[in-house]
Amino acid sequence: MSRRLEKALSSTWLVVSIVAAGTIVCKAIGPVLLGGRTLSPQLAGIVDMLPPALLAALVVTQAVGADRKFVFDERLLGIVAAIVAIRLRAPLLVIVVAAAGVTALARLL
Amino acid sequence: MGAVASVVMSATTFAGSAQFAAASVLSAAGSVGAAATAAILLNARYVPIGISVASILQGGPLRRLLEGQLVVDESWAFSRRRDGTFDRGVLIGAGLVLYTCWVTGTAAGALGGEALGDPDSLGLDAAFAALFLGLLVLQIHSRRAVVAALIGGTIAFALVPFTAPGVPIIAATAGCLVGWRKR
Repeated sequence: MSRRLEKALSSTWLVVSIVAAGTIVCKAIGPVLLGGRTLSPQLAGIVDMLPPALLAALVVTQAVGADRKFVFDERLLGIVAAIVAIRLRAPLLVIVVAAAGVTALARLL
Repeated sequence: MGAVASVVMSATTFAGSAQFAAASVLSAAGSVGAAATAAILLNARYVPIGISVASILQGGPLRRLLEGQLVVDESWAFSRRRDGTFDRGVLIGAGLVLYTCWVTGTAAGALGGEALGDPDSLGLDAAFAALFLGLLVLQIHSRRAVVAALIGGTIAFALVPFTAPGVPIIAATAGCLVGWRKR
């Protein structure tokens, strides 16, 4: 096994272990420690807004981001397809398949 | 990221969006720290979600810990009654069904996927972007959430050309500060 591959493999496993441990702890805090108690409204409000902020960032980086640069390519057509599917209130699976299909088709042509 | 690692991750990190986030940062040559931080920050929502269902989970601490792992966005949403309380049976039942489907689905995808060749030719990069967009739309239920998303997206866009992959996503969490409420 080349040293580079070895390094990539071990960093994957490192991420898998860290994320698993972090997620298990996040999910366990409420049920194990704080049965019945609630977060302060201030903190709850902030934690509530974490998913929208993060997911928006993920959309941007996944749609047009690359390693320290922007790449505008066929993915954008897939995003347009996804937006149409969302507007039509399609389920998540249809949204994802529409984006993949349109992008794959555009790359084929 | 490899078939075995994907399945192990689904079995141990039962939270799709965080798994996709970690895989997305890793595949863009991001660092271990950036990938793990992005994923765990995304799962930080399970702290308040876990607290919201804490009172209906019964038994000793170990049992509550295990039952708490079955809480994901979907099982949590299913189990929420109209009066704002939660149905423990629905929460655990939906969680178990989702968990089983998730792990077997990952295994099927990981084993079948390796035979498919270059994932980009199938549009899988766009599929992830669409998935995040679809999940984002599900999270938008207030004007405040729109503002948080706009700030997060703008920060990410501004940082992409200048920072290592993953850093824009972590910086974008600053958008959550719009959730601060005055007493």
